[in-house]
Amino acid sequence: MHSSDYRYPLDPDPTRIRAAKIVIAGGFGVGKTTMVGAVSEIEPLTTEAVMTSAGTEHDDLSGVPDKTTTTVAMDFGRITIGPDLILYLFGAPGQTRFWFMWDQLHRGAIGAVVLADVRRLPDSFASIDFFENRQVPYLVAVNCFDGAPVYPEADLREALTIPPHVPVLLCDARDRESAKAVLIGLVRHVIDLHQRGVPVGLR
Amino acid sequence: MLPGAGDDPRGELVRPYAVTRGRTEPTRDIAIEAILVTTARGAQEAPYAGRHKQLIAQLCSHSPLSLAEISSHLRVPIGVARVLVADMASEGLLAVYQQSDDESQGERIEMLERILGALQRL
Ligand SMILES: Nc1nc2c(ncn2[C@@H]2O[C@H](COP(=O)(O)OP(=O)(O)OP(=O)(O)O)[C@@H](O)[C@H]2O)c(=O)[nH]1
Ligand SMILES: [Mg+2]
Repeated sequence: MHSSDYRYPLDPDPTRIRAAKIVIAGGFGVGKTTMVGAVSEIEPLTTEAVMTSAGTEHDDLSGVPDKTTTTVAMDFGRITIGPDLILYLFGAPGQTRFWFMWDQLHRGAIGAVVLADVRRLPDSFASIDFFENRQVPYLVAVNCFDGAPVYPEADLREALTIPPHVPVLLCDARDRESAKAVLIGLVRHVIDLHQRGVPVGLR
Repeated sequence: MLPGAGDDPRGELVRPYAVTRGRTEPTRDIAIEAILVTTARGAQEAPYAGRHKQLIAQLCSHSPLSLAEISSHLRVPIGVARVLVADMASEGLLAVYQQSDDESQGERIEMLERILGALQRL
């Protein structure tokens, strides 16, 4: 190999590099960034989307957002599966009112994790409704904060009013093994949906 | 006036609009997780394409990076990064890889199985 090949080895060839993503959603302060950080191979990074009041994305290169725009921050991490496949984990911005952003974030996603805190379950309803409406496969992971009460799964299901086929797991978003188990649970669930012929993916 | 511009009855009026369309429409198609790789041409020409594009070409020469990572490293909003990347892709400076709409269910399941295996071994 020539030395110049070493500097720029990535001339695109017919081999496809694929990107996959999983979205971590849930209410304010529920542990989304913590969970991304627990499994990511990089320190979680932040990106921002500038949204107009109409709920569309602002892409003005002048970079001067006016007063009708709002900045929405998103954290994300990455797990390299192989040289040709990279998995990204995105912490969804809390405000589901930015529908355009949410559509864009979930289009093509493997699925989503709804992180919930038993002390504030209603905070997860907006995400759950979005995923139900858009056929985004998801599971609910209850982040077991220290000192929070523990309820049986049946009670959680009833409180969340989710269909019986949606998995509900308990987790500790700070713990790598626990966060891994949540992602594994989600991917298994999505494979299962595909194999049962259930329509999957944002419509 | 450019040669030929007078031939179009809409004249120069449509031109700025055409430029705007060219910059915003294809950008919608680049997913936040789309993978970007600098082409050989990008490695050669990006140094003359301005500071941001030069930086993008450098970042995506060493390892494939997503649009989200580019936005984060450049400290620009995702929409701005998307416009820059779309420009670079149309100029042949960057290759963009993302999930195609015609992916078969078999391909999808194969990818999911690979990810499942990798997560289990992590
Ligand atoms: N005890 C305990 N604390 C946690 C757990 N998960 C997260 N935390 C803490 O809760 C706080 C909020 O966590 P984040 O990961 O920032 O939550 P987030 O959902 O990203 O928050 P926003 O992006 O602001 O909505 C942090 O101080 C975490 O350290 C957990 O499982 N147990
Ligand atoms: Mg966060």
